[in-house]
Order: sequence, then C-alpha cells, then structure tokens
Amino acid sequence: MFETYYDLMRRQGISRRSFVKFCSLTAASLGLGEAGAQQIATAMQTKPRTPVIWLHGLECTCCSESFIRSSHPLAKDVVLSMISLDYSDTLMAAAGHQAEEALEETIAKYKGNYILAVEGNPPLADDGIYCIPGGRPFVEKLRHAAKDAKAIISWGSCASWGCVQAAKPNPTQATPVHKVITDKPIIKVPGCPPIAEVMTGIVTFILTFDRLPDMDAQGRPKMFYSQRVHDKCYRRPHFDAGQFVENFDDAGARQGFCLYKMGCKGPTTYNACSATRWNEGLSFPIKAGHGCIGCSEDDFWDKGGFYNHLTSVQIPGLGGAEGTADRIGLTAAVGAGAAIAAHAAVTAIKQARSKTANDQVSTVEK
Amino acid sequence: MSVIETQGFKLDNSGKRIVVDPITRIEGHLRIEVNVDDKNVIRNAVSTGTMWRGLEVILKGRDPRDAWAFVERICGVCTGTHALASVRSVEDALGIRIPKNANLVRNLMHSTLYAHDHLVHFYHLHALDWVDVVSALKADPKRTSELQQGISRWGNSSPGYYREVQGRLKRFVESGQLGIFAKGYWGSAAYKLPPEANLMATAHYLEALDFQKEIVKIQTIFGGKNPHPNWLVGGVPCSINVDGTGAVGAINMFYLNMVSNIIDRTIEFIDQVYVPDLLAIASFYKDWAQWGGGLASQNVMAYGEFPDIANDYSNKSMLLPSGVIIGGNLKEVQDVDLKTADQVQEWVTHSWYKQGDETKGLHPFDGVTEPNFDIGKAKGTRTNIENFDESSKYSWIKSPRWKGHPVEVGPLARYIVAYARGNEEVKAQVDMVLKTLDVPITALFSTLGRTAARGLEASWAAHKMRYFYDQLIANLKAGDLNTANVEKWEPSSWPAEAKGVAPSEAPRGALAHWVKIKDKRIDSYQCVVPTTWNAGPRDAKGQIGAYEASLLNTPMVNPEQPLEILRTIHSFDPCLACATHVMSPEGQELVSVKLR
Repeated sequence: MFETYYDLMRRQGISRRSFVKFCSLTAASLGLGEAGAQQIATAMQTKPRTPVIWLHGLECTCCSESFIRSSHPLAKDVVLSMISLDYSDTLMAAAGHQAEEALEETIAKYKGNYILAVEGNPPLADDGIYCIPGGRPFVEKLRHAAKDAKAIISWGSCASWGCVQAAKPNPTQATPVHKVITDKPIIKVPGCPPIAEVMTGIVTFILTFDRLPDMDAQGRPKMFYSQRVHDKCYRRPHFDAGQFVENFDDAGARQGFCLYKMGCKGPTTYNACSATRWNEGLSFPIKAGHGCIGCSEDDFWDKGGFYNHLTSVQIPGLGGAEGTADRIGLTAAVGAGAAIAAHAAVTAIKQARSKTANDQVSTVEK
Repeated sequence: MSVIETQGFKLDNSGKRIVVDPITRIEGHLRIEVNVDDKNVIRNAVSTGTMWRGLEVILKGRDPRDAWAFVERICGVCTGTHALASVRSVEDALGIRIPKNANLVRNLMHSTLYAHDHLVHFYHLHALDWVDVVSALKADPKRTSELQQGISRWGNSSPGYYREVQGRLKRFVESGQLGIFAKGYWGSAAYKLPPEANLMATAHYLEALDFQKEIVKIQTIFGGKNPHPNWLVGGVPCSINVDGTGAVGAINMFYLNMVSNIIDRTIEFIDQVYVPDLLAIASFYKDWAQWGGGLASQNVMAYGEFPDIANDYSNKSMLLPSGVIIGGNLKEVQDVDLKTADQVQEWVTHSWYKQGDETKGLHPFDGVTEPNFDIGKAKGTRTNIENFDESSKYSWIKSPRWKGHPVEVGPLARYIVAYARGNEEVKAQVDMVLKTLDVPITALFSTLGRTAARGLEASWAAHKMRYFYDQLIANLKAGDLNTANVEKWEPSSWPAEAKGVAPSEAPRGALAHWVKIKDKRIDSYQCVVPTTWNAGPRDAKGQIGAYEASLLNTPMVNPEQPLEILRTIHSFDPCLACATHVMSPEGQELVSVKLR
C-alpha cells in the first residue's frame, strides 16, 4: 500500500497543527497564499509518493549538490517523504546491474506516471561515445527512460541549454534534452546550478497541483524565471543613481555599488537569484561582490567575457529595459543589454548634470 | 587469458569477469571490471572512465580571467577547487600577487569545502557500503542511545530520538517505495555492524544531510552561492567593509559573525558525530585494514595546500606539505616540481586518445590530445560494450605518472606525506586513531586507512577554518581591508606570452592546472586532476594505477553483490567529470573519431 506524506508525518509524531503550519509555510514560500496551503494539505494527505528517475549525462553533479542544499523543504524530506527517488546515480545504494534493475522496474511499474529528471546532457557526436554509462551511449538511456515518463525536468543549464561542454566548439556535440526528446512535456530549470529552493519548489509545486507550473515561451517556470536578476537586485538603486564599481575592491565595491561596469549580466539574466537568493536566502553573487555571469541563460559561456559589459550593441527598440521574458524572448537578450546600457548612460548623465561631475559621464562607456 | 606481474602485483584475468557499471554514489561515470578466482578473490581489475567533456578545448582563445568559471564546472561536488587552481595558475603566469585577506578568504572557502565534501562523502556516498539501513529496524533504541552516549557527547542521543528515527525508517520501508535504498545489498553477510550501530549511523546520515547545507554558507557569504561560488584572478571578489560608509553592502560584522558561528557548528558536528562514527564503524571492520591498500604502501604524492603565507606555495608556507614517496620509503620524501618537464607526465597508451609516440608521456605544457575511441579487443560493439579489454585502449582517463611512477593521491596520500614530513598535527591525529583501533601503522595502507584519513582531515580542516578566521580578523584589526590586487587586471598590462602553474589539493587529491597565455588569450589549458592519478588506466609499461591496484586480492562475499568493490573504490571518493579531459595546445582541430 502507498503511504501518503501526511501519514508519514503523523506517524513520526508530528501533530496535525504542525502539519498545517508546514503547508502554510510551503505555500508562502511558493507565493501561493491560504488557498494554496489548503491544496497542499489535501495533496499531502491523499497522494502516494511520485516516482522520480534522476539521470546523469555529461555534467558536473552541481545540480544534485544544489538539490541537497534545500532548506524548505529539506532534501531529506523530499527524498524520504515527498517523492520516491527510485534512480539517482549520486545517492542510490545499489550499483551496477542492481541499479539498472531499479531503473527498469520503475519504468515498468509506473509507466506514464513517473517523472524523469535529467542532470547533464547527451553528447551526440560520434554515435554518443563520449558518455557511455553501462557500456552504451547515454542518449539511449535517456530516450529509454523518457519514453514512458509523465514529464521531464531538465535540471540546470546542461540539460536546459547545453552549458559548459556545449560552449564553442562543443567538441562532443553536447545537446540539451529538449532537442533529443520532443514528445514529452519538459520543464527547464536552468542555472549552473539552479537554486536549491527553486528546484524543490518546482518539485513541490508539481506534486501539489498535479501539473507543470506556468511556463514562458522557452519552457522555464514563470514563478522563478520571469524577471531579470536586475529587476529585483538590491543594488539597482545604485545603478539608477549612476554609482558603479569601477574596479574590484575599490571604494564603490566596498559600499556595494552597482557591478554593471564590472560585466554584471543581471540585466539580461532571467533567474530568481536576487529575489529568492541562495542557500536559504543568504546571498547571491552580486551581493558577494561579483557580477552575475548569467549562468541560467542559453549559451552564456559564449556571450563575451564575464567582465565585459554589454554596451557595443545598437539599441534595437525591442522591448526596452522593462521588457518581460516572453517579449524579449530567445534572441533579444543582447538588445536588453543595449537598452540597459542606454538607461545607465541616461541616469549617469542626469547625475552628472546635477553634480557637474564629468568623470561620471566619461566612465559610463569607457 | 594471462598472468601479468607489475609493481609487485600479480594480475590474472583468467577467472570470472564481473562488471560494475555504473559505480553509483560518485561524481560522473565510472565502470569497474574485475576477475575473481574460484574463491571469489579479486585477481584482476580494470578501471574505465566512461565520459569525456573536452573542457580544455573549449578554453582555448578565452580570456584567462574567465577560466576559473569554466573549469569550476569541471566538478560541482568539489565545487570551487578547480576555480582556485585556475586563478592560482593565471596569477603565476602573470606574476600577480594576491593580498593577505584574499589568501585567508580563499583558505577559509577551501577548508570549508574540505569539511563539507568529506562529510557528505562519508555519510552520503560511502556509508551505505558499511551500514545496513534495513538492519536498523531491528535496533533497540535504548541501546542505540547508550552506544551514542558512550562514544560522544552529541546532543541527539535519547532513546526517544532514536525511536522516532526508527519509526520514520519503518514507515518508509513499509510504504513499499524504497527510493534510493531500493535494490541495496541489505542483509548481506558483508555487513558487520550490529543493528544499533546501523540505526545510529542512519540517523546521522539524515542529520548530516540536514547539516551539510549549513557548512557551505561560508562559501555563499564570500562567493555569493554554493555550489559554484565566485572567484577572482588577483584576489577574491568580495570586498570587506567593517565599519565604513556602506559597510552594509559588503562583508561586515554581520557576515563575519555568521561565519564564526558556522565554524563552531562545523567543528562540533565533525568532532562529535563524524569522527566518533568513523571510529565506531571502523572497529567492526578492522579486516578492511588489510585490503584495498593498492599503491598506498608504495607511491603517494601530495602537492600541498593551505598556504599560510600569501603567494607562497612552498613547504615553508603550506600547512599540508607537498612531497612524493616512492617505494614505501617514508624516510625519503621527494620534492615535486610542476614545471620540470620530466616529473609530471601523462600517457595515453590505454586511453581513448592518440599522440605521436604512445610509448612516451608528455608534460602538461607540451601535451597533445586527440580523441580516438577505439575499443580494440573489447567484447561487444562500440555502442554496446560487454567487457573491455585491458590490453587495448579502455578509458577516457589518461595515465599520469610522476617520474614514470604511478602514485596515489588524496587525503591518505596527504596524511602519509605529512606524517613522513613530521607534521605534528597530523602525527597526533594518526597516532590517536591507530591507538584507538589498536592497529599497526601499516593499517593506514588500506581501504580503512583511506576512509579514516579523510575523516581526520575533515576534523583538521574544520579546526583550520577557525584558524583562518582568527587570522582574518587579526588582519582586519591591523587595518588591512584589501581583498583584490587589480594592478594587472587590464590585459594591456600583460606580457605577449606567459605560462603558469600552481599547486593545489582538491579534497580528492593533488590538482594542478597548466595555462599558457598568448596575445591576452588562453593558448593552452591543461588540468591533471586527482581522479586522473587514481583512476587512470595502465601505462606503456603496463603499470597499473591506484584504483586497479587497490582492488587486487580482496575477497568478495558474493561477487553478484559488489559491496567490496564499492567500499574500496568509494574510499577514493571518485570524481569522474574531473578525471576526463583533453586539450589541443597547438590549436589543431579535434579529429573525428574513427571506427575500428
């Protein structure tokens, strides 16, 4: 018999009251309010744990590592009580043919009802021989597990876009999941890695609402990826005021000025870092003094150096600085960069006028 | 079928061939094949890295200041290690000296990784080789509590606590959905712990899973996120501002206090949970002090880590020293030189690459690599391999050698080198363990020794976190706030050509990146990483590497259940994404892979 998450909690001695509180907190962390809490409570009380098969292709395991950093819910609770993680190279006890048996049993037993989570991607060059777990090309394993999956989660930038091994010249022809599997719903959770609570937030959402979350045109859940890092950045007022870090560890850096001129890709990066933040909401790259490198964006490795700022592009009049993910879409990230540059220039010029500080103007486009 | 003798080992592949693929609970993709004799003793071992990503090819032509971010993505488990090796190498090439604070923050971030990575390895990647989770259901919570209280003063130790954990485990098992525990080797005679020890360790598996996410917050504070925090050529990206204007926007007392608190809790967890568990579990597995040694009693190497003096990577500065021991001669520790052409070299005789003369090794500054997937006499086809053939090419990993010798690297190697160099801290720790377990020093050269060294090093690292923190505060108190040297930040300040390499020690062992810069861009980039040293295939002389050597002569309880193989291979903490790499320093195109 299946046991529900609620059963488990109760039998551990967790009170009904604590359970309700847990549901409220989870709902709050997802921004769902009281009605959401009700739905979560119902789901937790009635559903068996959803089987999850978690495969690894070419990758670095940063997604799995990020996943276990989750604070709410705890990774422990996700793995023991929310899902049934039936296959995971990183965590499972069995190895070799016992591991493969676990995979096959889950596919057979839960046909059409399991979630396939993919970390990394398949290399397609030369018949896929650059990743051959089990003595066979990973792409075969991926297709096999995808065939009967209910939905696929592409964890991180490898599975979503290709990431570092797909950077030019992509010697192994590393290919994101959606270009190999085209007949299943796929939710992309990009980032290198994605934020832990974004990962568990999406899992919790799917379990609770029994559907994939609302997604943008590129297949990213809007709840975490519909705004730019720049939009919610706590250093944004410094950007607007034309106060920029000019060098690492300069006076501006020590006061937390805007890192745009140090190459920050926050203005063109759709992710929750500046809002949700990392490691239990503690910080995010900009807060710790380094520009965003744009790790959740497609092809971010090949968009110029991490310390070059986005200025040399003509303003295309597309979307403008305040365009949304959907409007700016696949190709216009650079356009947004140019608009941002223009905005930075304008704010800096305003500043300069009011303060007669010529150096502020001259530094904008240097 | 043949018998080969090398390095004092006898390799006999005439017995039954066992394949374990995937080796799980590691980073990346690894396959192990062994032959067992009629008594189920391992007589031959073959280690195959089954993935390749080509990161070094990708780095060619990039800005050397960006390299850390690329190579950091070599591995998300030892996150940050490759970034550290990268910034050090670029700084060496360009003659950049980092400020004292930057050295301290790097040491803090890196010792944080040691504590975290070793802890997660022990509980989440290695423990299930020794701990029978299902047996924990039979434990008496009261006696488990007594066991716990007898070995440490850790707070979560009441009978009620263990009853609760056991109850949760029971419901989990009864649900019929065993998840990550499905198809485990539960009930095998190879498991030796009493139910109470199994319950204690299972409880700590869960506690460690909760706690590990706290340790890494130190990397988040200084690097913005974990996994994959930020680094910087010339220092660290985070500015420090203790009480000046805008201090709230930088590393300030709020964050420093948080770091201090996490350090205290990390020391507490490792010293009160990890190390006592390690010793308790080891006491039931003392027979593993005779198996799994492999190269450990012969050749070990460390590059050294944790420079006490900024920009000084010599043994005068390194808190864990560098050195090489050959032939088990602990009285003579030789010095490592990463720039000398005849010390570190890589062979591709049995790797899926080709180079001009495959009987010769190449120094990383001169290395040539072209993929050449050729399964030779393997059984099966190139896309459906049944058995690899160790006389052919059989791995994506190369075979690095020090002056032609295969060596083991990692926590055990570091501890043997430190012990032989007379490091008092390490000596005291090692002697304590030998005394507690009542085993001779030769017990170190084993699977158990390797696992114990990692635990001791986790404790050492946790205490060093405190040391680095105190140094940082003292330096701030002295009025030095600098965290980055940007004198040579602009590429216009660089020479037309430069090359550099610097030593580092990843949690898994000796790591270095060799970088050549030409016209402000990366001309070549080569990483020789710990798992390459340990997991690499045979070389031109037929010498075996550390993984293959370590498996030899180990008896298996049941060859169908590869627990013994997992124990020894996991004792190295494999990281396969790290191990498989390539570069093409002269800029030649990668050739397409030819079918044989």
